[in-house]
Amino acid sequence: MSYIPGQPVTAVVQQIEIQKLRDGVNLILGFSIGGGIDQDSSQNPFSEDKSDKGIYVTRVSKGSPAEVAGLRMGDKIMQVNGWDMTMVTHDQARKRLTKKNEDVVRLLVTRKSLEEAVRQSTMQH
Amino acid sequence: MDTESIHSGYSHHSNRSRGSNKQSDRSSRDRHKSHSRDSSSRSDKNVIISASSAQPQQPDQSSAPTDAQDDNWGETTTAVTGTSDHSLSQEDLAGFGKETDTPAEKLNCIRFLPLVLTLLLGLLVLVTPLAFLVLPQLVWPERLQACGTACEGLFLSLAFKLLILLLAGWALFVRPTRASLPRIAVFRALLGLLTLLLLLSYWLFFGVRILDSQDENYQGIVQFAVSLVDALLFIHYLAVVLLEIRHLQPCFSLCVVRSTDGETHHYNLGLLSIQRAALVILENYYKDFSVHNPALLTAAKSRAAKHLAGLKVYDVDGAGSEAATAQSRAKIAAAARHRDTSHNELYYEEAEHERRVRKRRARLVVAVEEAFTHVRRLQEEEKKKPPGDEMDPREAAQAIFPSMARALQKYLRTTRQQHCHSMDSIQAHLALCITNNMTPKAFLESYLVAGPTLQYGRVCLQARQWMLVSEASVTSPLRHGTEFQLKCNDFSLVVTSKDIPHVKLSEEFVHPKSHKFVLQMQSETSV
Repeated sequence: MSYIPGQPVTAVVQQIEIQKLRDGVNLILGFSIGGGIDQDSSQNPFSEDKSDKGIYVTRVSKGSPAEVAGLRMGDKIMQVNGWDMTMVTHDQARKRLTKKNEDVVRLLVTRKSLEEAVRQSTMQH
Repeated sequence: MDTESIHSGYSHHSNRSRGSNKQSDRSSRDRHKSHSRDSSSRSDKNVIISASSAQPQQPDQSSAPTDAQDDNWGETTTAVTGTSDHSLSQEDLAGFGKETDTPAEKLNCIRFLPLVLTLLLGLLVLVTPLAFLVLPQLVWPERLQACGTACEGLFLSLAFKLLILLLAGWALFVRPTRASLPRIAVFRALLGLLTLLLLLSYWLFFGVRILDSQDENYQGIVQFAVSLVDALLFIHYLAVVLLEIRHLQPCFSLCVVRSTDGETHHYNLGLLSIQRAALVILENYYKDFSVHNPALLTAAKSRAAKHLAGLKVYDVDGAGSEAATAQSRAKIAAAARHRDTSHNELYYEEAEHERRVRKRRARLVVAVEEAFTHVRRLQEEEKKKPPGDEMDPREAAQAIFPSMARALQKYLRTTRQQHCHSMDSIQAHLALCITNNMTPKAFLESYLVAGPTLQYGRVCLQARQWMLVSEASVTSPLRHGTEFQLKCNDFSLVVTSKDIPHVKLSEEFVHPKSHKFVLQMQSETSV
């Protein structure tokens, strides 16, 4: 998942569709995010490249809509409902995920195991 | 002689400030000196001086002579007119301001009375201890015990204490009086009484215990004198605290509003009586308030007149006098319904005036800047060369003045300030600016902005006689909600006082090492 500046970013992504759960007034998804272009990316335990300022999933609550939909800890979120998440601030990411008028969010996430899986499948041919 | 006792209107002056209208007194007394004694009984009737306004002096003068000539004035005439055989001619009017002080010495003496009393008291204070020391030596010198070094020490201390007392008294009491207040200054009177009481009691004791019994213990007498001077020094300390220090701590905030144009200023004062507070406010008035310009108020007055003149009420049914309130209510209702376009006129008039003022101002600024470029200070080395056209500041000002005079005059006319600035004052100001290397903008500032009254010299410094109008007694102290008015000829200052709120200040200790920070670099938000 490292990128070369100036070159387009390519990644193997998985689409995850999460139905928001209504908890009183709030709509919750059930996971926590970390990262962002205004944050210190060297503290990120999940990223391979410590200069990666993307949004990562740091925690997934047990039994939450996110876990049910297949989101795992350590995933990097590339897109939310079509909006890019690779170059956003932490607060912008939070806002994109917690829009009150959206009941479902479709995330494009990537993880290391996906790459491995794709490489293995291409190697087998 | 009866004529001498005619102080026409003098008894009517009891509620006015002392220094006011000396001219009417002087000239009226002069006129009455030549009148017959029959006028004495009628002089009280025709002097119309009301307590709340300073009437122009003409009605006094013109009516008084008619009184003298017509013995049947009370029966035959129903109105006092200004046209009598002895109506004033122009020369008499011109002579109003120029009369000499001789008949009015009495008024001036009253002004100096406090100073005279203070000096007398000071003299008494100086003489008493010395008298205590000297009298025994004069009256029974042979029986006095000689006292040695202790006495000399006491003499020295007495001398220095007296000197200090005199200097301190001079510093505190012998000062030019700022103003004459309507009532006596309570604290000063009290202090004077206290001092007098002290001196009297000491004299009493001296007379009874020492003079009568012819005490031989001279050291005791000297100590007696020294104790008097100590007591006087403490009274002086009390005077300092009461007169100077007590009112320094601000307790009240006074809001002063000018009645004609609403200009407002606030002052913080301490515990003062109403008359002293009025004095402080007046001193600050000349410094803080911009000069009163009656020419600026005419527009509002004409608008008000138009409002009033718009409607007339005709009494068709012949109703009684109680219809007056009904009439005014009808007027107000009709005015509310009437589609009034005067606001439109006001708006456009003001916009037009603003535009005109700005244009004239621009022309003035350019003219002045150009004028200032013509004058240059002569450098040191140029002074040694044979003089070309050297001018002193006044001449330089006169030389460059004509080029900006027209623009300046037009600007002053537009802003209606032309009566405040005479040509001499403008040239003097210009000379000052040139001498001190001021920029054209600095020169213009006093004409573009209306400054405080003190800036304008004699021309705009009109009435220095003010009337204090107050419901409470003027020697009573200021309180929250006190209101009073300071009236002068053209306007009045309305003063209201409010308490300064009691401030509750509490402390919070912050340890200098308690400021610790952590970088918030990796925030985690749950969604």
